Amino acid sequence: MRRIQIAALCLALGAGHALAAQDTITIGMVLEPPNLDPTAGAAAAIDEVVYANIFEGLTRFAPDGSIVPGLAASWEVNAEATTYTFHLREGVTFHDGTTMDADDVAFSLNRARAEDSTNAQKALFSGIDRVEVLDPLTVRVTLSAPNGNFPFNMAWGDAVIVAPESVDNAATAPVGTGPFTFGRWVKGDRVEIARNPAYWGAAPALEKATFKFISDPSAAFAALMAGDVDAFPNFPAPETLAQFQADPRFNVIVGSTEGETILAMNNAQPPLDDVRVRAAIAHAINRQDIIDGAMFGYGTPIGTHFAPHNPDYVDLTALSAYDPEQAKALLAEAGQADLNLRLALPPPSYARRGGEIVAAQLRAVGITTEITNLEWAQWLEQVFKGHDFDLTIVSHTEPMDIGIYARPDYYFQYGKPEFVALMDQLTGTTDPAARTDILKQAQTMIAEDYVNGYLFQLAKTGVADARIEGLWANAPTQANDLTAVRWTD
Amino acid sequence: MMGRAQLIVGGVLSAGFVLAAALSLVWVPHDVAALNIAERLRPPGGAYLLGTDQFGRDLVSMLMVGARSSIAVALVAVGIGMGVGVPLGLLAAAHRGGLLDEIVMRANDLIFAFPALVIAILITAVFGPSALNAILAIGIFNIPVFARVTRGGALSLWTLDYILAARVAGKGAARISVEHILPNIANLLIVQGTIQFSLGILAEAGLSYLGLGAQPPTPSWGRMLAEAQTMIYTAPRLAILPGLAIVLMVLGLNLMGDGLRDALDPRLRRVAR
Repeated sequence: MRRIQIAALCLALGAGHALAAQDTITIGMVLEPPNLDPTAGAAAAIDEVVYANIFEGLTRFAPDGSIVPGLAASWEVNAEATTYTFHLREGVTFHDGTTMDADDVAFSLNRARAEDSTNAQKALFSGIDRVEVLDPLTVRVTLSAPNGNFPFNMAWGDAVIVAPESVDNAATAPVGTGPFTFGRWVKGDRVEIARNPAYWGAAPALEKATFKFISDPSAAFAALMAGDVDAFPNFPAPETLAQFQADPRFNVIVGSTEGETILAMNNAQPPLDDVRVRAAIAHAINRQDIIDGAMFGYGTPIGTHFAPHNPDYVDLTALSAYDPEQAKALLAEAGQADLNLRLALPPPSYARRGGEIVAAQLRAVGITTEITNLEWAQWLEQVFKGHDFDLTIVSHTEPMDIGIYARPDYYFQYGKPEFVALMDQLTGTTDPAARTDILKQAQTMIAEDYVNGYLFQLAKTGVADARIEGLWANAPTQANDLTAVRWTD
Repeated sequence: MMGRAQLIVGGVLSAGFVLAAALSLVWVPHDVAALNIAERLRPPGGAYLLGTDQFGRDLVSMLMVGARSSIAVALVAVGIGMGVGVPLGLLAAAHRGGLLDEIVMRANDLIFAFPALVIAILITAVFGPSALNAILAIGIFNIPVFARVTRGGALSLWTLDYILAARVAGKGAARISVEHILPNIANLLIVQGTIQFSLGILAEAGLSYLGLGAQPPTPSWGRMLAEAQTMIYTAPRLAILPGLAIVLMVLGLNLMGDGLRDALDPRLRRVAR
């Protein structure tokens, strides 16, 4: 009955628009990308604009997280998983009219793995030994060690195919092969893209799309309510979702992301180089309180740096169960009865609100924290690059990023040799069962070392006009793929 | 008559907040440091007179402790303004027309030329957000206000006969300033102090609204307001109550300032009669 009422209301509301189906959309985003070149920047916001819209890679992520063909229609791999032969699609052109062929693929891969490459995920390409152009539509990639997961690497936004003619200007005028061409970028406000008439695949339903950047949660709320923004795929204010759910004009899309939200600790610096102190902090944290208090119930508790929807996930939450008494005992054992730590918080509400809750929970076991709220630029400079922090809260939204624990210079500075060996072993393993086994060992190792406080898997809470369909419910990678998005009225 | 009523209403409002802030030092209905997620967003009534916020903290306690940080910041800022501004004003008046007078007053003009809140944001952006930096930022902009008021008041006094008598008796400029000038401009300073105090409350609320004042978990009215913004439809009282507290406190101080001026200024008193 209720459903019928809603449908009737939708019809009534939609009646005014019924004559001409809309073919433009405005998508809201919290952060503005620093540039638009996904092969030269780490910011998630870059991929959220360009991935699958402007740029495409050899392979790509499907909405369910599986790897499907992209610019490579198919590929073959030898038994040792050291040689991949990619067969490119025919008749693919860049937006500037030039043809996309095997030379462009070789150029893109060699550019990304070069010594002076500014690619943010160089590790994706580090296994490549050489790239050979067999004919204009065939590329053979030879790896220095077996890697059964190479097509996954090629699906990342950092591995998209660019053309040597246009890549120099990609930061401000990206030229790709995707279903949309870059229109213009009004700095501080929006990026506009338009349908690519020469697209090789199925033409998208949308004629024009605008990405509008609204960092303030209350402004984001107001923009949706006023209809200035049609959809906000990563809506920053979970506290208002109940309001949208009750409103038939909107559709609330709750899915999962690859975002492991962690209380990162500076493993290289006393007193946090002591595993007992880190364990104490982990036991002092009540995950459910953080999920309820900061995310209004949206989020899944995690016990290690791995996405719970991944089949290889091991539930290790019991290792760091909420136990303030044990936390106090561990602190006493470590001789750190009166601990004072700094807690740096970037802008998202999971960090700001979660940080206040974490601070209160740590205070309950005798750890004093001094909270500093940082803007993203300051956070990147001071915490991520400068390693000048004790504790911070951040969500790692890259898919399958457990490998960051093998990097000793990564901001939380773990890089235990045993773990590095495990990751090397993983790269060289193609057998799915063996890979699962290694991944489980890796998850357990970082959980037992209490490298970071593992809080929760970030939920993807999106709000969209109820007449829009085709938006991704989950976020297997950072993307706002508009290929299948259309208005239904 | 009007002045008396203003003084009483303003005094009662301000005193109420000051008392609540003082009380919060020794007792609050619920601890604001302990978050209680299970009790979050409770409506008013029962154990929580005004309900709880998004972390399950009692709103009455939050407002009481918030008053404390607002008042502390404003008070110290006014203290800085008076402590530096008044001696500078006295100095300028003592050397009226001289080089020192020029230097002091032009330096004041320089500070006045900058928009206060923007510079406050600059200071907190450079030195990091904290209550201390908010105090400094607000305090610095109080200096020229007090320097001007002091100099203006003192200048007219310097021409009076009893000052001339004091000079003839051999008293130095510094001694005259402290013994004869200062007591006679005290009323001006009290009135100005009250007004600056209310502006200080407002500036503190503005800075902490922008996240540049007292850092969490210390409650402050401005930050309560900022955090409640997105919940204005689901729990409007979270935004309304700290907003109301700011308005009432500032209104109270302004009324009190006006009332005090009427009560203390002999010229206005004559007109009223």
